[in-house]
Amino acid sequence: MINYLIRRLLMLVPILIGITMVSFLILQLVPGDPALIILGVEAEAEDLEDLRHKLGLDKDIVTQYVIFFKNTVSGDLGESITTQNDVVAEIWPRFKNTVRLTVASTLLATIVGLLVGCIAAMKQNTATDYIAMVVVLIGISTPSFWSGLLLILLFSVHFEWFPPGGSMGFISLILPMVTLAAPGAAVIARMARSSMLEVFRQDYIRTARAKGQKESKVVFKHALRNALIPTVTVVGLQFGYLMGGAVLVETVFTWPGLGRLLVSAIFNRDYPVVQAGIMFFAVSFVFVNLIVDILYGYLDPRISYE
Amino acid sequence: MNNDTQITSQLTLTWRRLSRNKMALIGLIIIAFIILVAVLAPYVAPYDPLKQDFRAMRKSISAAHWFGTDQLGRDIFSRIIVGAGITLRISFSAVFLGLIVGVCIGMLGGYYGNKIDLVVSYITDILLAFPGLLLAMAIVSITGPSVTGVVLAVGLSSIPQFVRMTRGVVLSEKEKDYVMAARAIGENSLNIMLRYILPNCLAPLTVLTTLRMAVVVLIASGLSFLGLGVQPPTPEWGAMLNEGRSYLQTAPLLSLFPGLTIMFLVLAFNLLGDGLRDALDPRMKL
Repeated sequence: MINYLIRRLLMLVPILIGITMVSFLILQLVPGDPALIILGVEAEAEDLEDLRHKLGLDKDIVTQYVIFFKNTVSGDLGESITTQNDVVAEIWPRFKNTVRLTVASTLLATIVGLLVGCIAAMKQNTATDYIAMVVVLIGISTPSFWSGLLLILLFSVHFEWFPPGGSMGFISLILPMVTLAAPGAAVIARMARSSMLEVFRQDYIRTARAKGQKESKVVFKHALRNALIPTVTVVGLQFGYLMGGAVLVETVFTWPGLGRLLVSAIFNRDYPVVQAGIMFFAVSFVFVNLIVDILYGYLDPRISYE
Repeated sequence: MNNDTQITSQLTLTWRRLSRNKMALIGLIIIAFIILVAVLAPYVAPYDPLKQDFRAMRKSISAAHWFGTDQLGRDIFSRIIVGAGITLRISFSAVFLGLIVGVCIGMLGGYYGNKIDLVVSYITDILLAFPGLLLAMAIVSITGPSVTGVVLAVGLSSIPQFVRMTRGVVLSEKEKDYVMAARAIGENSLNIMLRYILPNCLAPLTVLTTLRMAVVVLIASGLSFLGLGVQPPTPEWGAMLNEGRSYLQTAPLLSLFPGLTIMFLVLAFNLLGDGLRDALDPRMKL
């Protein structure tokens, strides 16, 4: 197990290096002189030179990357052009808010998704199943930035139950959480349903039923555990996707997360923040996938670590 | 000749299976309808989508304005109709870009193997480490917000999916006897890739392209919603939602219809994609 973990972590190294390369390339690929774009055409030549030096643009590309990489590894991601603050200090609280929102949404999505998926599978080919699957399809197809607006319209404007945005504790987390969870719940429900149906066809389920086991016990004790295995992968993947989707939901609900910071950084051409923000997202996505892989092996004893 | 009849019967078979699937047919009809609307937009749109009318601002549904008017008195119904063409053009171009580049790279990696494949899989793995919308945002931060920017952003972020699928199919196909036979009769590599292996990639690629359209419509309109895509006053659906949300309390209609149309279009591509997968190969894992 330890060996497997170490091997998996080592396999991550090239991907992490790749992420720094992509992030590095963002500034390099900006057409024209980034310093001029950031400061505007009326900037003094001296300031331009200064910024170029600060961004390291006066060196050749390989040296630039080596410096960028070294700084990144040592946790120095430069300073924001708009606020002059340290980028990591700027990003960290925002990142925590995004993680909070994403974790809450993933939990909700998992609970709802598993429940809907199991019920649909147990009632396969009945009206319940069809309705559940149509709702699931609509859930996958609805843009979160629209469903969020509808929720605000209904629960903030009309009923005045929840605030339309901001970050005033748990109450303002509810609407964004539901909005973000919806497509995730739909995908998980779909996966849970199909893996439940797959498991229902197995011999050990027939055996359990044949020996007169109660149906609820068959479902929850025998079937669900085995159906969970493929579902876990989907949950993990969803966590990553929801993190990406958080950008939209944060904008709708003015949630002070990393996604919103990233959007405004792109508007302000604050490239150090853009580069760092994108790295934060990608690195957490990669680590979540790693955790899922490990969990997968833990849940399914048939997978060997050798 | 014989080959032609084979292809026809395969198509007929797929169509027969697809047409039995009611959901897929609904999807197909919605897509066809939206394409038709987009093509006929200049003739069907009752108003100029950009024409402002300050005597009719934020009006509700009426006989004159079926979906009401927006904050500048523009007819929402006309803007939705014209927006269909914009969304479809962006999404088709982006998916086409991802498809062409992705298939070429995936084909080369899978066919030649070794170092080329190593590089291809490495780059694909890196790009897949970014959630789709974020990769698109990274690209927009380079190109700046514009129609071309969105197409490039969403197109490039679709490449890894197509690479991975093509590479996978090529890897399993190239070991088969018919490829060996083609080599034995002296066909060159390009011919083997295009005339022998590519046809076997078509079924999964069709499904992936259709399902990808759904994702691309969502990402592209999402970018415009964030203000990073198509810019106002262009009547793009996501951009319309962004403009409308400031008037959520006073004129909720502004935020209703553009979202509804995005949802229907995405739903249609998902329905058709699922249907195609079942019709072409139910065992396909996608």
